Amino acid sequence: MKATIKVNRRSFIKVSAAAGGGMVLGFNWLTSCTTTPVPSAPKEWFDVNAFLRIADNGMVTIMSPNPEIGQGVKTSMPMIVAEELDIAWKDVIVEQAALNTEKYTRQLAGGSQSIRQGWESLRMAGATARRMLVEAAAKQWEVPASECRTDAGKVFHEDSGKSMGYGEIAPLAAGMEVPEEIELKSVKDFKIIGADIKNVDGPKIVTGQPMYGMDIQKEGMLIAMAEHPPAFGMKLKSLDATDAKAMPGIKDVIIVKTMEGVEEEQWSDVSAFRELVVVLGDHTWNVMKAKKALNIEWEADAKLESTEDHERDMLQLLSKPTKPLRKDGNPEATFANAAKIVERTYEAPFLPHNTMEPMNFYADVTAERAILEGPIQTPEPARKTLAAMLGMEESQIDIMMTRMGGGFGRRLYGHFVMEAAMISKQAASPIKLVYTREDDMSQGTYRPSYKSTYRAAIDADNKLIGYTVRGVGIHGSAVQWFANRFPAGTVDNYQIESHAIDSNISTGAWRAPHSNFTASAEQSFLDEVAEAMGKDPIELRLELFERAINDPIEGEMDYDPARYAGVLKLVREKAKWEEKQEGVYRGVSAYYCHNSYVAQIVDVVMDNKKPVIKKVWCAVDCGIVVNPLGAMNQIEGGIIDGIGHMMYSSLAFKDGVPLSKNFDTYKLIRMNQVPEIETFFVESEVSPTGLGEPTLPPIGAAVANAIYKAT
Amino acid sequence: MATYTINVNGNEKQVEVQPDTPLLWVLRDSLNMVGTKFGCGIGQCGACTVHLNGAAIRSCSISIEAVQGQEITTIEGLSEDGTHPVQEAWVEVDVAQCGYCQAGQIMTASALLKNNPKPTDKEIEQAMTGNICRCGTYTRIKQAVKLASDNM
Repeated sequence: MKATIKVNRRSFIKVSAAAGGGMVLGFNWLTSCTTTPVPSAPKEWFDVNAFLRIADNGMVTIMSPNPEIGQGVKTSMPMIVAEELDIAWKDVIVEQAALNTEKYTRQLAGGSQSIRQGWESLRMAGATARRMLVEAAAKQWEVPASECRTDAGKVFHEDSGKSMGYGEIAPLAAGMEVPEEIELKSVKDFKIIGADIKNVDGPKIVTGQPMYGMDIQKEGMLIAMAEHPPAFGMKLKSLDATDAKAMPGIKDVIIVKTMEGVEEEQWSDVSAFRELVVVLGDHTWNVMKAKKALNIEWEADAKLESTEDHERDMLQLLSKPTKPLRKDGNPEATFANAAKIVERTYEAPFLPHNTMEPMNFYADVTAERAILEGPIQTPEPARKTLAAMLGMEESQIDIMMTRMGGGFGRRLYGHFVMEAAMISKQAASPIKLVYTREDDMSQGTYRPSYKSTYRAAIDADNKLIGYTVRGVGIHGSAVQWFANRFPAGTVDNYQIESHAIDSNISTGAWRAPHSNFTASAEQSFLDEVAEAMGKDPIELRLELFERAINDPIEGEMDYDPARYAGVLKLVREKAKWEEKQEGVYRGVSAYYCHNSYVAQIVDVVMDNKKPVIKKVWCAVDCGIVVNPLGAMNQIEGGIIDGIGHMMYSSLAFKDGVPLSKNFDTYKLIRMNQVPEIETFFVESEVSPTGLGEPTLPPIGAAVANAIYKAT
Repeated sequence: MATYTINVNGNEKQVEVQPDTPLLWVLRDSLNMVGTKFGCGIGQCGACTVHLNGAAIRSCSISIEAVQGQEITTIEGLSEDGTHPVQEAWVEVDVAQCGYCQAGQIMTASALLKNNPKPTDKEIEQAMTGNICRCGTYTRIKQAVKLASDNM
């Protein structure tokens, strides 16, 4: 697969040797990807384009444009640049880029899209730089550029026997025209892509170096902590801060309002509480103590919702028809005449995100400038809202992303950035806003509670002739966007309906939003259908994919049935599905979301009459695997996270109050509950897709289907 | 406020804090040693794990008063240059995803291996069960503990 791609000149910042040369930058050996220090430290750096600069000694700094939340893009995105640049990975230093919409596009961590959407521009960044280096060397040697080749950071001209390192050529290349067309490498020539590359921050992580927003310490900075209403639907009535203000180390207690002046809210502006009581002090512990000494009266200004209200309202809606999102054939008549009907209702609770690093942000807001630094998955929309709220131009606002102690969707919603900015502005001081775990868990943008009813109609010939889903959820059902997902296109009479319930409890995207529940429900249901039909659950799924491949129902299909079937066949083969083992109960599940295909088989055994998850077999088709070592980590993490939340985690509400606020009452999976996992990739030359989310959704059903058989 | 002298990573440090200040916040805010992480504040997640006289403890739940005159080791002091076998194993196995909990995981693992250099799988699970990793890196954590055990 050789591709020639037109270069969009505006997507690169070209800097001349004069501007780029002579720039000596701070250099930290620990961020280098090399484990053995190179003999000489670089003296000069040459900016080649927005993604990379080359030092006189041949070291290359590659900017990682997107926020790093643990999904590994700070390693894998620079790998793609390095591949096309044709540099040895040991000579690469990775640096996190700040928000810069002129240089980069889509600096966002979400939807498992960083690699998929960055793939082409990252390759082009490396390839254009390589081309410029080749042309500069060719010019110097007075030979045609077409006779030169590159390898591991050097340009070679075979006939003359000449060679030059990128460091030597960089000053010449930095002045070159950006080429109009470039050639990208063939997949078979990849050396870095497809290699096991370790997390570039690994050495820093294991030595405890400051990297996270929570670790920020700056001169004159105050610690700020905010008290929010104890229940959704409540607001501040009165404040008596006399006691708190008198406590050691406390500078002030203020009431801070966010979002005032923001006329047009964005999707990322979700937040329930926009008036907060803020304690400012010199030391986190002092502020924590003073926060507890606040005398605050709260009052209800909206309904105080309880889980039982949600349950009642959702069940009521679930019994009512609504305008279908998609309707094929005649489902009503089909179910009326069916030989057999299978009907099941599935449900899921609210879930907080519980990133291990609680929400926090640093802000230094003055009349002229706003400097913000911390963990945010959506720096670009955050800056837009900040500008509206602070009455500033976006150019007056700098946002730097720190490495994040987890994201999972929580840090898509940057209300804590707005809070930090308003606190800094009002306190007229640089501040670091810190949430406690309780603050974090009790004002979430939760995965909403859902219910979905699935129905299947089977005819006298044991054929699946009808399939309907009716979903309901807080702020929308889990099937609201999925009308054309599998099994759409495979069943003649098909219908999807979606109900929504309004709520003042804030909800949002949570690792594989909507898919995290829909996959569990749908794939559990398919096993019920297979059982009713007396079919092997994998056979039933493959038959449906065959139908989608050979004779699909008219209408859209948001999936490729051949790739879907591919992962299912691969996992069936690797797990030896057909071989029955005494005392081992197996469940299967397959799902496609965020552009990647996953199939899983789970082995459950009974131990003391209790089911124990022994092993997970997982097949993945994410196209080209950029970094297998990092990919496996994401895959295993998604599976473990999925098992954990399905088995142990849930959040209920009573009169607007979340009933768990910390890990003493909220369970997350721990090491002794984790099964063995074995992963298999479908070999592919298709452009890569993401892995932060896709392995989580199907695992719930694979586990449920295995436990069903075991018990 | 009161003045305390504590021994962190072999150095005497003087700090002025309230007597009930947890060791975690003394380390992070007074000494600017931020490798020890805040996760829950109630000793449930293990992110704040340090060694007190060689044993793994939760620094969020022990006050400065209680640790005076004792030996405290944090992730920054586990080795001078990241070459403790547990740190090396963590890099070798490429354990971390977000990385936030890993300092705590490493401190728990290194305390385990000090007392029990060749732990069984069950013993590793028992020792590590107090440390939460939301990213779900548990399989690699276990693998790294075993690798460190082999290399020690």
